Amino acid sequence: MKKNAVSKNKLYTLAALLVIIALLAFLQANSAQYSYQISILERSAIYAVVAVSMNLLTGFTGLFSLGQAGFMAIGAYTVAILTIPVDSRASVYYVNGISPAIANLHCPYWLALIIAGILAAALAALIGIPVLRLKSDYLAIATLGFSEIIRAVIAAPQLDRITNGSYGLKSIPGFPNLFIAFGLPALCILLMVLLINSSYGRAFKALREDEVAAQAMGLNLFRYKELAFIISSFFTGVGGGLLAIFMRSIDSKTFSINLTYDILLIVVLGGIGSITGSVIGSFLVTAGREWLRFFDNPLVIGGFEVPLFRSGFRMVIFSILLMMVVLFYRRGIMGSNEFSWEGLGRLIRSIPSRIKRKSKAQKHPAGIPLCPESMDDSKKGDNA
Amino acid sequence: MSNIAKTPINVLHMQDITMQFGGVVAVNGLTLDVNQGEIVALIGPNGAGKTTAFNCVTGIYEPTFGQVDFMGETILSNTPKGKMKKTYLGEVSPRPIPIISSTPDVITKKGIARTFQNIRLFGQLTVFDNVLIAKHMHAKQNVFSATLRLNRKEEERMRAETTALLEEQNLLHLKDEIATSLPYGLQRRLEIARALATEPKFLLLDEPAAGMNPQETQELTDFIKQIRDSYHLTVFMIEHHMDLVMQISDRIYVLDFGKLIAHGTPEDIQNNERVIEAYLGVSDDAED
Amino acid sequence: MSLTTFLQQCLTGISLGGAYALIAIGYTLVYGILRLINFAHGDIFMMAGYFMIFAMASFPWYISIPVVLLVTVLLGVSIERVAYRPLRTAPRMSVMISAIGVSYLLQNLATYLFTALPKGYPEIPFLKKIYQIGGLSASFVTFLTPVLTLIIVYGLIILINKTKIGMAMRAVAKDYDTAALMGIKINRIITFTFAIGSLLAAVGSVLYFTDRMTVFPFSGSLPGLKCFVAAVFGGIGSIPGAVIGGFILGLGETALVAMGYSTFSDAFTFVLLIIILLIKPTGLFGEKTTDKV
Repeated sequence: MKKNAVSKNKLYTLAALLVIIALLAFLQANSAQYSYQISILERSAIYAVVAVSMNLLTGFTGLFSLGQAGFMAIGAYTVAILTIPVDSRASVYYVNGISPAIANLHCPYWLALIIAGILAAALAALIGIPVLRLKSDYLAIATLGFSEIIRAVIAAPQLDRITNGSYGLKSIPGFPNLFIAFGLPALCILLMVLLINSSYGRAFKALREDEVAAQAMGLNLFRYKELAFIISSFFTGVGGGLLAIFMRSIDSKTFSINLTYDILLIVVLGGIGSITGSVIGSFLVTAGREWLRFFDNPLVIGGFEVPLFRSGFRMVIFSILLMMVVLFYRRGIMGSNEFSWEGLGRLIRSIPSRIKRKSKAQKHPAGIPLCPESMDDSKKGDNA
Repeated sequence: MSNIAKTPINVLHMQDITMQFGGVVAVNGLTLDVNQGEIVALIGPNGAGKTTAFNCVTGIYEPTFGQVDFMGETILSNTPKGKMKKTYLGEVSPRPIPIISSTPDVITKKGIARTFQNIRLFGQLTVFDNVLIAKHMHAKQNVFSATLRLNRKEEERMRAETTALLEEQNLLHLKDEIATSLPYGLQRRLEIARALATEPKFLLLDEPAAGMNPQETQELTDFIKQIRDSYHLTVFMIEHHMDLVMQISDRIYVLDFGKLIAHGTPEDIQNNERVIEAYLGVSDDAED
Repeated sequence: MSLTTFLQQCLTGISLGGAYALIAIGYTLVYGILRLINFAHGDIFMMAGYFMIFAMASFPWYISIPVVLLVTVLLGVSIERVAYRPLRTAPRMSVMISAIGVSYLLQNLATYLFTALPKGYPEIPFLKKIYQIGGLSASFVTFLTPVLTLIIVYGLIILINKTKIGMAMRAVAKDYDTAALMGIKINRIITFTFAIGSLLAAVGSVLYFTDRMTVFPFSGSLPGLKCFVAAVFGGIGSIPGAVIGGFILGLGETALVAMGYSTFSDAFTFVLLIIILLIKPTGLFGEKTTDKV
């Protein structure tokens, strides 16, 4: 009986994959026409990589780190420096010229991405040594601090000849085609999924659940925290590199703390501890932000201008929506569940009964729980 | 079934273990031994320092002074340094000994497993995963081979052993349940199963019968004896349920205010006046 | 550098430090009671700046200042009520995320309501009047800030140590659950704490922005973060620590700018943070607590 379920799942997954590939091929052929939608999808995919890597650290290992922007910056600048065509470099570094050490350093984008990840991971390894023994709040602030330090170093005029300081780097070559643009993020996420479902993923979860018990299971706290931190930062760095390729030009302002907050909100919206949630959240937030542009322009209904609708309104709406998720729907869209075909089937089949229940409830307004959670996940008293 | 006839192999030796927190000496000059195959109990009134002593053995605390030997090898030893030199209040005067510290995970890898007074399961994980994690530390793999699924044989082996263990403990039918959803008694059993999964030689049980009724306590008593025999373990346990203690312990140590006040067989202890004075006679109902 | 220039820089540093100290106290008080890093505190400070702009457009300064103080306090207290109180039993991460969310909301609200362009901060004549003491010349506010800060801190320390409500605050900070069991009305104490913190932030904003002269939606986020670092540096939960931290931060930043490393002046804060977290995570005046397993 179980074998049938497994092969059914495989069939559905294969079918879904074919649909996605077909869609990509279609978009590739009509890329000029759909360039706006494509760019939204690409950005979502890249943010999804960073969101999943943040979830790996925060949701699965229980380490609240706010340093994502810094590692993304490292990744982005590495890729930029290594992939800007050598001929263009003089014009990019037009103010102070380029440092001879890197002037002729060039490699294909996929190698640059790997190097970007490795550099980010190496830095994480260093930072982790002092920082990972701190309690959760302090860990958050310390990683935030390092993120800002990285940004300050990148923007420093002293490093102008390497990072081009505040002028930023441009002329970064883009993705050769859509299959690469979506395939790379998919590969990154796939690797992280494999990790989470492996023995090491279980070790990370143990760390999150109870550090003292995890030690009693033979898991060295520092080693495993460091491992999670390094792996997460590797993929965050790769994500930053992907962002550089996508945006074609970057500067240090792109990697402010607000970028970290954006990713955090994606993770929270999707559900801390759910990879599927982070992916869905990423697409929802990126697309949603665009869709909410509707609120930014004056709205005229029947000759009457609706007040409030002007530039900036959409971000306010967005922030309010996010606060509502944080306050009322804390577990996010997916909670800590992952996608499964059965789950999807159950969800679809339950829609008619949900509609029935809602209309019944309107007739009998008895106590409807506000929060969809059945258990309060309060952790009284930290173990660290 | 203690090995009194042959020379007993010493599993655990604690020498002059003293643990001082600020101005309080929780454990004061504790010296004890546990030999292979024995079931030894550590009893004493609440606050006597029993769990603290356990924590010194498993590396959660670094003793202020003293040393712990496991299978003849010193795994922990410390002597007061710095400010502690002046504020040391222990009974046994400290002598210079080499300082050896080990983290709890190292100690587990050496073959010492434990359970906790307040059950520490991996709450949000399934019963199966709770035990499976215990298998991780002995598996031959690294993060790359695990991620890329090159370690299929190891993974299968771990899963098979976990399944076998759960079946033995009569928990297999619950393997996909979330750990915290289990009734209290089963959670305790799960915690012990998880400890067994680490393939230990020495098992420390911290109040395994806490919160159990007399029938459950009896089942636990038989259970401990059975696993001691089938897994060739040595058991060291903290317990308040005197029927359990008296039934299966080979020897008993009694702590009061951090100091050892008595040591001997169950008969010795039952008749020891100091022990009776300290606390024997407290009814089981006082258990919270 | 001549002595006068050096002293002038010191004065600037102390003045900046005073403003930072007032904000840092807000962080330390809230963290002491709720173990929450109130990421929104810096943005409350920023909103106070905007409130002043609008108040001064309609009222003279002696009415505007109290109005701004009052409105800021209301803002801080409402934020606690709406965004933090419902999450009192939630894991710490949730509340921190809520604070980040509020910060985000305030910044976007400010951008929407007041545009992202810097707005000119109104001049309060008597504050901007230039005075000369010895070789040093600066506006009155520069001299006033450190003095005012110390007076306020003194008053606060008396409040915490000698009044009943101060004792209640200390109790809640020490042991939340037991304080509740002792009959202390936790909600009132927490509201009061936020009120004080917001009040200080408002005062700090008047002193800070009078010198800066412009306000924009993000003028609170970085100073806010820096002030939190100052609080951690001095020992989170300790008011004298927050004050010392604030002054050290202000002096250090001014020194860096004077030496020509202005791009590093922001990073300086975080280097300070890393150093203290490595050497003494509980901060200069923090207490060490042992965790019982």
